[in-house]
Amino acid sequence: MNPLHAYLAVSAILFAIGFGGVIARRNAIVVLMGIELMLNAANLNFVAFWKYGPVTQPDGYIFVLFSIAIAAAESAVGLALVILIYRHFKTTNLDQTNRLQG
Amino acid sequence: MPSSFYILALFTIVSAFCAMSLRNLIHCALCLALTFLGVAGLFLHLNAPFLAFAQILVYVGAVAILIVFAILLTRGTEQPRERTATQLLFSVPLSIVVAAILINAAFSTRFAAPAVISNPPAATAATSVRDLGIALMTTHVIPLEAIGLLLTVALLGAVVLALPERKAQAEGEGSDRR
Repeated sequence: MNPLHAYLAVSAILFAIGFGGVIARRNAIVVLMGIELMLNAANLNFVAFWKYGPVTQPDGYIFVLFSIAIAAAESAVGLALVILIYRHFKTTNLDQTNRLQG
Repeated sequence: MPSSFYILALFTIVSAFCAMSLRNLIHCALCLALTFLGVAGLFLHLNAPFLAFAQILVYVGAVAILIVFAILLTRGTEQPRERTATQLLFSVPLSIVVAAILINAAFSTRFAAPAVISNPPAATAATSVRDLGIALMTTHVIPLEAIGLLLTVALLGAVVLALPERKAQAEGEGSDRR
């Protein structure tokens, strides 16, 4: 098997697992975890294309570095929002937190 | 492909599945940390050691710990039945379809892969941290500054978001005193 295809397949499965978790689970924290999984799958794609793709510049490498930093910022703000929602609604279940107005 | 790739891939996928399917949230978070470790191993396998260690530092060291803290802070009300049959009925086939589409797209595309495999030094040259630092400080310096600004704003935003209820309460008390 072509190594690029193998990495793309692993990344696709990882993405699908994160996607399924985002759809199926109702806990806001698990949904955030699923989003992190999907971001990781995208990072894996970037590195695989950097290694095996036609372009020989380090752009894919640097892109993953920025992507990791943005994911860290996203998870910090997201978890702060989850804690805020929990303080307000006393639950993190997404089905019960369906109002914008307190 | 060497067998270490298959072991790492299997480890990553199984732990990712556990992270999304286990019932206990703490177990989910720990399996997610294992998944991040597996992805870091895949980065090492792809000859990107700096990214692997950045992944371990940021994801396993910071994000996973942050998630564990969030789970512990929002414990209190454990809902007994989180998943229902209909949610699984929709999500499992849908995610299988997504995986099938992505894998089919990857395998049916003809990439210009051999160009790089024939001259690997060009691809591995960028892995040295020195080259990476030079690239970050010359060609990519504006995105680097932007990411620094973003991280600062995210830090302040997280602090401000976690504060306001206490502030509103304090204001309420202040108006009561008047």
